Formats: sequence, C-alpha cells, structure tokens
Amino acid sequence: MLIAVGGLAAMGVTLGGLLGIAARYLTVEADPLEAELQAMLPGSQCGQCGFVGCQQFAAALAEGHASVAACIPGGKATAEALAHRLGVSLDGHDVEDTGPTVAFINEDLCIGCLRCANDCGTDAIVGAVKQVHTVITDVCHACGKCAKVCPTEAITMRPVLPTLATWHWSKPDSSLSAS
Amino acid sequence: MKLFPIKGGIHPEYRKELTSEKPIVALPIPSVLTLPVQQHMGAAASTVVQVGERVLKGQMLARGQGFVSAPVHAPTSGTIVAIEDRMAPHPSGLPMRTIVLESDGKDEWAELPAPIADPFTATPQQIRARVAESGIVGLGGATFPSAVKLGLGDKNKLEILLLNGAECEPYLTCDDRLMREYAAEVVDGALIMARALGAPQVIIAVEENKPQAFEAIHNAIRTKLNVSLVAVPVQYPMGAERHLTQAVTGRETPARKLTADVGVVVHNVATARAVHHAVRHGKPLLSRIVTVSGLGVVTPNNIEVPLGTPVEALLAFCGGLTGEIKRLISGGPMMGQPIPDTRVPVVKGTSGVLALTAAEANERPTQPCIRCGTCVSICPCGLVPVEMAALIRNERLEEAAAIGLRDCVSCGSCSYICPSYVPLVHYFNYAKGRLNALDAERRKTEQTKALVAARNARLERVAQAKREAAAAAARARAESQTTDVNKAEA
Amino acid sequence: MKIAVNKSGPFTHAPSSVSRTMALVLAALLPATLYDIWLFGWPAALMFLVTVLSCVGLEALCLLLSRRSVANTLTDGSAVLTGWLLAMSMPPWTPWWVCVIAAIFAICIAKHAFGGLGQNVFNPAMVGRIAVLVSFPLPMTSFVAPSPLFASGSPGFLDAFRIIFGGSHGFDSLSAASALGHVKTELSRGIPVSHSLADIPDFTSLVLGSHAGSFGETSALLILLGGAFLLAKRVISWHTPVAVITTLLVFGTVANLIDPARYTPGWFHVMSGATMLGAFFIATDYVTSPVSKAGQLVFGFGVGLLTWVIRTYAGYPEGMAFAVLLMNALTPIIDHSVRPRAFGRTRKGEPLPLNEESK
Repeated sequence: MLIAVGGLAAMGVTLGGLLGIAARYLTVEADPLEAELQAMLPGSQCGQCGFVGCQQFAAALAEGHASVAACIPGGKATAEALAHRLGVSLDGHDVEDTGPTVAFINEDLCIGCLRCANDCGTDAIVGAVKQVHTVITDVCHACGKCAKVCPTEAITMRPVLPTLATWHWSKPDSSLSAS
Repeated sequence: MKLFPIKGGIHPEYRKELTSEKPIVALPIPSVLTLPVQQHMGAAASTVVQVGERVLKGQMLARGQGFVSAPVHAPTSGTIVAIEDRMAPHPSGLPMRTIVLESDGKDEWAELPAPIADPFTATPQQIRARVAESGIVGLGGATFPSAVKLGLGDKNKLEILLLNGAECEPYLTCDDRLMREYAAEVVDGALIMARALGAPQVIIAVEENKPQAFEAIHNAIRTKLNVSLVAVPVQYPMGAERHLTQAVTGRETPARKLTADVGVVVHNVATARAVHHAVRHGKPLLSRIVTVSGLGVVTPNNIEVPLGTPVEALLAFCGGLTGEIKRLISGGPMMGQPIPDTRVPVVKGTSGVLALTAAEANERPTQPCIRCGTCVSICPCGLVPVEMAALIRNERLEEAAAIGLRDCVSCGSCSYICPSYVPLVHYFNYAKGRLNALDAERRKTEQTKALVAARNARLERVAQAKREAAAAAARARAESQTTDVNKAEA
Repeated sequence: MKIAVNKSGPFTHAPSSVSRTMALVLAALLPATLYDIWLFGWPAALMFLVTVLSCVGLEALCLLLSRRSVANTLTDGSAVLTGWLLAMSMPPWTPWWVCVIAAIFAICIAKHAFGGLGQNVFNPAMVGRIAVLVSFPLPMTSFVAPSPLFASGSPGFLDAFRIIFGGSHGFDSLSAASALGHVKTELSRGIPVSHSLADIPDFTSLVLGSHAGSFGETSALLILLGGAFLLAKRVISWHTPVAVITTLLVFGTVANLIDPARYTPGWFHVMSGATMLGAFFIATDYVTSPVSKAGQLVFGFGVGLLTWVIRTYAGYPEGMAFAVLLMNALTPIIDHSVRPRAFGRTRKGEPLPLNEESK
C-alpha cells in the first residue's frame, strides 16, 4: 500500500511540476488583443469609462482590469461585442441604465465661447464666436465632454425618446405564475 | 386546379358567423377626421395643405416622399383645422404627424383625374402612375404601396397575379362581403393590375369557408379567359402570401426573396377593387371596409369607413361595447395590433376592429414549457419556436437569429397552440426589435468612429497648415534679414 | 378609453392546457391499470396508491422548498403521472419503502433538482425505477403469479397491508419469473431459446396479460388501446412508438432468423415486458424526448435498438428503462442536429436556389 501511495504522490508532484514549468516558459503572449479591442470602441476619447482615452481603456480590458459595460457611448452593442471577444458574460452588468441620450444646448444660457465645439470628438456642435451654438443630434454620440466643459452649464444630456421608428415590443415577463 | 399542401398551421375558432351575413353598411361621415401622414410602409407623406385651408373630397393632402411611399387624400370636403402630432394607431401610442380635417357636411368632390378610357391599351407605367397618385396600398393589412408592387414586372418575368381572397384570420369578413357584393369590380381591378404587371394569368384564391363569395367571383369571371378561380383549404395562415403561393402553384419562395422571384405577385381583393375605382373613375383611396366584431361589441358589422374615422365613432355606430372587454384589436386576433386608445383613427391597414371579451381572448398565466413540440409541428415556416424562445429568454438573440428567427412571419400559430401559454410570438417580436436596435447602435458606433477620424484629419490639416505658414514666415524673416545685411554691407 | 397594450398578439388561444394533456394520458392508462389491479389483487392496489401518493406528497414538499406556488403546479397532474408510470413499472407486491425511495429519486432528484417541470433531462419515472432496481434487486425482481382480486386464495384487504407494509412474503404467493427473465435464466443455464419459449405463456396470453410481470407490463393489448387513444386525441404522434416497436421487431426477427437458439423472436420482444408501455407512454414523454418529428424517429430507433441489445446481451432481462434513459441523454444532441426544414430553405439552411425560368 505504501508503494501505491508513494507512487501516486511522486506522479502528482512530477506532473504538477512539469505544468508549472510550462506555464512559465511556454506561455503565449496575447498582444494583438488590445488593438482589436480598441478598434471596437467609438474612439472619441470621451473619458466616461474612467480612463483617459480609448487606448487606455482597451489596455485595461485586455488585462481584465476593466468592465466591458463601462463604455457608455458605445451602448449595448459595443458591450456585447467586447464581452464576446473577451469571453466574459454580460450578466450582472447594467449596460442600459440611462438609455440613449443626446446633448442639448440651452440657447438662453449659451454665451458662444466655442469651448464645447472645439472639444467635441465628432464635430457635432456648430457655432461661431458670440453666436449661439447648437448640437447636430444625428452626429452626437453622447460622450458628455461638452457638458463638462461648458462654463455656463448650458449643456445637458437629454434622454432620446423612442419614436415610432425606434419603438419595439419589450420582453415578456418571464417570471412564471408559479413563482 | 391542383393544389399543394402547406406545412403546419392551425384551425382556430373562426367565429365569422358573427358578421358573415351582414351586408356592408356605409358609416355616416364623422364630424372630424384625423389622418396620419403615414398609413403605409415606407417613407411618411409630406403635407401639401395649410391649416385653415378648405379642401374637397379626394384632394391630395400629403404627397408621397421617395420611391416607397403613398399620398393621403381628403375622405370628404371640409377645413383643415390642425396639422400636429396626435396619437398614432400603433400599440406604442406614440405620436405621429396627423392632418385634422373638420368636415363641412357637403361631401363635395374635387376635380378628379380623368378615367383611363381603356386600361388594356394604356401602358403599365400609366396604370402604375394612376395607382400611385391614388394612394392605394395593400389593403390586406401589410399596406405596402401598390404602385411599387405593381412595378415588379419590370425586373422579373411574371406569370401569375394571385389575388388573395383567403381571409384566413378569425372574425374578419370584410373581404368575404366585398367579394360577394362587388365581385365584378374585383375582377376588373385584377385584370387591370395584371396588365400593369405584365402577368398573363390571374388566379383568384378563396378559402372554402366562403362558398357565396366563390359563387359571386365565379359568375363575374365567366367570360374571361385568362382568369381562374380556386378554392383553397381552410387553414391558418393560408392568406400569408408565400404560403398561398405555395398552396396554389406549388412554388416555394426562397428565403429572403419575394414571391415575384418565383413568377407570382400576390395582391388583396380589396386592393384590386381600389385599383378599379382609381383607373375607371379616377377616385383615390378614401375609405375601406372594416369588420367590427367580437362578443364585446353589441352589434357586429361590416362597415365602409371613411379613412380617419376615430375608432370610438365606429364602436358607437355598432351599439357600443357590451361591458368589460379584455382586448381591443386592430386587424384579426392572430396578427392584429392592440389599439392604445379609442380616439385613434381607422387607417388604410385597419381591416378589423375587434372587441374581445376575456373568454374569447382566453389568456392564462404562463406555465413552464413542457417541450411538447406542438409548436414545432405546426409552425408554417418550419422553425423551432421552443428553442428560439428559450434562447431569447436568456438574451442569446444572435443564436436565435442563427436558427431562423428572421424567417418567422409572426403568424401566431405557435402561441395559439402552446399548452403552457408561453407568449412565443411576443418573445420573437421583442427579439426582432431588439436585434434591429442593436444593429442601429452598431451602425452608430461605426459612424462615430468615422467622424472622429475625420475630425482628427481636419485638426491635422489645420496643424499642418500652421506649421507651413510658420516655416514660410521664418524663411521670409531670414531672407529679409539677409537683404538687410547685404544692404548694410553695400 | 384606454385599454391595456402590454401584450403582443395573438389574442386568442386554443383550449389546450397542460392539465388537459396530463388528464388524457391518465385516462389512457386507466384500463390497463384497473385490469392489473384486478389481476394482482389488493396488495397491488395498495402499492399503486402508495407510489402515487408519495410522488404527489414529495412534489408538494419540493415546491414548498423552492418557494413556488403549490396549488398551481400540483394541479397540472405531472406528479400524478410520474407516480402512475412508476407504479406501473414496479413488481405488483413491492414493499412500501421501495416505492417511497423510488418516488424520492423520481421527483426530488430527477425532476426538481434539475429545475422542476420541463427542465429535467431524464425521465423521472425511469430514474426512480432504475435507482431502486440497482439498489434493491431482490424486491424489484420478485414477481408474483396473478392472484385475481376476489378469487379464493388471494390476499384480502387487510392481508394487503401486511404484505406491502409488513414485508411479509410468507403469504402463499406464487413467485414467478417474468417471461423475459425466464428466457434469460434458461439461456444462462444453456437451454436454447426455442425450448424455453415453450414454457412461457404463448402469444395470446402475452397479449392479454394474465401472467407474471411488473404491474404494467402484463396487458399489452390494453396498453396498446390506451396508446391508440392518445394517438387519436393527438396527445402523442405516431413517430416514437412506431420507431420503437418497428426497430425491436426488425432486430428481433432478423436475429432470430440467424440463430433461433440464441435470439428470441421479434414478436416476443414486442409483446413481452414493458415494450408497449415504454413505446407509448415512456419514450413519448414530452420533456425528455426530441421536439421535432424526425428527431423522434431517431429517438425511437435508438430506444428500440438499445432495448434489444440490453435484453439480449446485458445482465438485465428488461432493457426498456435503461434504453430510455440512455436516449434521454442524447436528446439535446438529436434536437441540435435534427431540425425541420425551414420554409424557403434547403435542409442545410441556405435559401433555396432560384432557377432562371422561376421553376
């Protein structure tokens, strides 16, 4: 019996040791992942994810230090694409907390300073010095940078209301009557 | 004529006897009509009248925009009192641009386009133009602009115009009565449409539960050589255009393609009648026949309704509601949409208004799926509803699409038959909508990336221009300094 | 007036329901059950009751523990059906504790541990039966000869309690082997099939069922009638039963033709044991069998083949239960690979090709 125990123990130690050596010396580097993830992001460097720019967010994602649901302008589609690529599940992440929003400039408060127009990553704000600025809603992807930079707090993020073209049936309540 | 079987399908309680023997009655013109600018598939029409303007019956109020669109006409004479957003006849209850017309009681006609004297010597383009300007859309419920559908003969070699007189939805009898009372108009309209399509043969299909309609059409086509009549078995969804095509001709339309790709174009019998009126009398589409039925209505009826009539006027005409109703539906009970409020108007696609009691709706709480497989055996599209619903419940929408979600026509047969009362079609409608929304989000992200790249390029150009200007200025300063030195030395 | 728009269509429904389906299945089982109660007397009736009641009781307990509505779910009849089928597959005078343990395996482990109604992978009744067959082989293979209900020498009502609850096998029962068991035992003793076939009840008797066997495997004819009733009522479709029976018949007949001394004939396979019960009531269980018709044919073929193999080559005389459980494990794969052809598409899922002259 002692021989059996000793033999199995020896096998376990040997094989475990081999695995450890392989893990150290034979690992495959996964560099291209970061670039791939960055390509999936909108790229407007808005900072809503908590990182300085999209490249930093992608780097953190690649290392597993960031949540796939953090990119708000990307919406659910981006979160799903990231989750799919990284092989994580989206369960427990509330991606659509606020729903889609769009920037809105209150014309009474706007002083025409051009700060928001210069900052906008997609050139969605039109305006000139001392002229009231306005947002091209189709181009705005709700990164929120303009709202932060406006000195008179004239910009708010408004929810995009569903229209007949965007409305669809909600999910049926799947809680069974038996519960 | 040899018929072919269609797969699956159900045989619901039809309850057509509530209205099948009631002749069509005309609704008196209501005092106010509300006309949404989009009563069709495609782009919304754009208003061409002003508030306060007096309009005549048949006058165009909104013009179609783009290739797939249709105009809206005044169903009676009167004054435009408002053009504003009102609740659309849509389950969401969201607003739509609506033209509000107050009738003056005179019902005065505008000057209509001249009738096309002989449609069978006119060109197909002339017929299509007339159909387009008359605002005719598919009156079976799909509301696809008929002029566009009549143009399918240009790209495809068509053999058959198949007229859909199946009316397979329970309760609805509007097409049945229309065929009984206006058979000659239907046949004439069909022949005109065949001319516009370039289709040599017309087949009119009527379900076997409408023997009087069959008889009436039979009498109307007696002397016509290229028109035939066929009785199709009573089966839901026999009226779905692909399934009707398969039943009558045996041809199975490939997925993602039109029936025109197998040489057949399907139109509804009411659409044919509308084409007859447009071509022979110059009359645009101003009214439609609606079946008001269900045990929740005091006096069910088949009514010729001016477009824009509020649903509440229709219900009042039928004696009002009998009491507590469970559902108010536009269309049939299988594929119809709930009506959000009785103030919404009747539009071109409203084939029926049903007030269903709780007993008729037979809704029960959902129980766990027992994998009985009945939904699989009755799905007319050969899909696996049980599996798709399970995937959708777990938000695995792309996988559901991979096993055929986009082929689903939402006929409702699976939900109808499920012993556990699982709302299968509701899951599919949710998933289809959600997938579209996700596609839109994806496109938006792509667009944003392109915009960001464009902006960066612009900034780069500006910076480059600055650098060049700075370099040029530096060179100019250097040259002038040299000149100064030269001058000094000289 | 505003009306609820929270639900998409359709807004009408067939009068079908889960309880209606279960009730029809129970109705189909009733003739065979009553016959068998008559055939084996009061102890059998008591055994039947103990099994069904323990299944229902355990179901209620599991529902309470999982915080689901007991009233709604208990009335759908699925626990009663599981208990009924479980009782049908036990020897008629099985002691009460074997029945209860089988019920625990069937309801608590095979059904509720997997998630309750509609979520189980394996047929609960068969899991219960196999669990006690493997654990307690002696009570599960002690078959008695028929001792009809009111015949002289049959145990009376009070004797029944002593038998089922008291474990008294001292009563003057005639223990007997089932037909399949007899043939297998004789084979192991070297006596060829053709000889042992002569000892067992003949074809008529097998069909009518007045011979030893488990509770439900005796009357093939009454089970067949029940199955026909279910087919007529569209509760089951013909695909699974026909596939099971045909496969058994074919394999049995062909093998018998090759070596009559070793292999029992096809009709013997079909008529003896739990073939009819298995083909019409067990293999057709909704939850654990494939959803498509083609899948059901594959499933039925597999059940038939495995039953024949186990009966012929394995250590157990009766193979239906094992065969069903093995095919239950393959049901997800069958469902994944065998799908109906979608309208407008080929079998592979591509859109149908368009001919130039549009067909």
